Amino acid sequence: MGLTALPPTGPSPTLAIHVYTPREVYGTVGSHVTLSCSFWSSEWISEDISITWHFQAEGSRDSISIFHYAKGQPYIDDVGSFKERMEWVGNPRRKDGSIVIHNLDYTDNGTFTCDVKNPPDIVGKSSQVTLYVLEKVPTRYGVVLGSIIGGVLLLVALLVAVVYLLRFCWLRRQAVLQRRLSAMEKGKLQRSAKDASKRSRQPPVLYAMLDHSRSAKAAAEKKSKGAPGEARKDKK
Amino acid sequence: MDASPPRGSPGEMGEGMLPRRSGAGGGCPVVSCGVVSDTTARMLLLLLGIIVLHVTVLVLLFVSTIVSQWLVNGGQTADLWQNCTSGTGAIFQCLTSSTNEWLQSVQAMMILSVIFSVLSLFLFFCQLFTLTKGGRFYLTGIFQILAGLCVMSGAAIFTVRHTDWHEASENTSYGFAYILAWLAFPLALASGIIYVILRKRE
Repeated sequence: MGLTALPPTGPSPTLAIHVYTPREVYGTVGSHVTLSCSFWSSEWISEDISITWHFQAEGSRDSISIFHYAKGQPYIDDVGSFKERMEWVGNPRRKDGSIVIHNLDYTDNGTFTCDVKNPPDIVGKSSQVTLYVLEKVPTRYGVVLGSIIGGVLLLVALLVAVVYLLRFCWLRRQAVLQRRLSAMEKGKLQRSAKDASKRSRQPPVLYAMLDHSRSAKAAAEKKSKGAPGEARKDKK
Repeated sequence: MDASPPRGSPGEMGEGMLPRRSGAGGGCPVVSCGVVSDTTARMLLLLLGIIVLHVTVLVLLFVSTIVSQWLVNGGQTADLWQNCTSGTGAIFQCLTSSTNEWLQSVQAMMILSVIFSVLSLFLFFCQLFTLTKGGRFYLTGIFQILAGLCVMSGAAIFTVRHTDWHEASENTSYGFAYILAWLAFPLALASGIIYVILRKRE
């Protein structure tokens, strides 16, 4: 949906009126659609400004006038095919000449032309917008209801499952660490029970691990060397 | 009850959840003595109060969801499920309500709130017997709070969007089912918060 901009032509490009509308507009049957038209004029907006909309139905060669704004008064179609369906929502002071078509029908497919004249600035090209009226398939009753209920319940169940899984993993990790720590301490206790007199304070876990590896080596040494190995170990 | 372990740790609500079993060498258990001690009576009262609050919320939600009287206009009542007109005497002519998506979302929210509240009650009784001492009724409280939020969003969506499928007329006023829905919201929230704060005591 792009804007049809008017390329400036001639020696003085600003002395013309520029009209902008979207290229295409889509609407669904029965709903309403806004045909927006904005313009740029090099002159001040005067009281004599006139805005007109024409409609050329799809497949037809005739372009009929459906809206006219002049001398501060909007004139809406009240006898043609847009009778009681059109609404003027524009504001010439704000350079807006938009109209709204309500209760769309398939016969509204076609091209709408917006034309603005702001005396003395009257030279310019009008702009066209093509309206496509599409059919909307109504969803069956209960689709929205069921999907909301199912979605929310699924989400809540998922969250609860995730939270419980995380807690379970965390607790298991704690249990494993606890077991490892108690096993290390048990090994240390057995070792220090063997040398009765000298008993050092409980070192932190890291040192306990180091001690364990060293004590394994020391135990092997002790078997071969005897008492002096213990004295060396106690210094640590 | 003198030899029992001390009652309060900071952060508890002051009273326990279940009657304490008698410790070694002190007091007497509730049943065998025949006299209910003061603290156990208070605990039972608290438990009863909480259950009564929860059941009240549940009843409010059920009535608000099932009775189709969210809008009243003279002899006509409308939403959530059917629009009824009272003809001569007690003759009602009822039609199904609109199939608008927003009405469907309000219906979905009300049904969800009832489901969450029922689940919360069921979980409460589960957690009452399986929770460790000092544990909190997180799951129960969260489901009850969810029920409250669902009711609020349903009522709010209805308030904002009900003109989409009803022409606004001067005589339409809100029916009692709509008011019950708004009443259920703070009660459900309060009930859920109480569950979250409460700690289980043996």
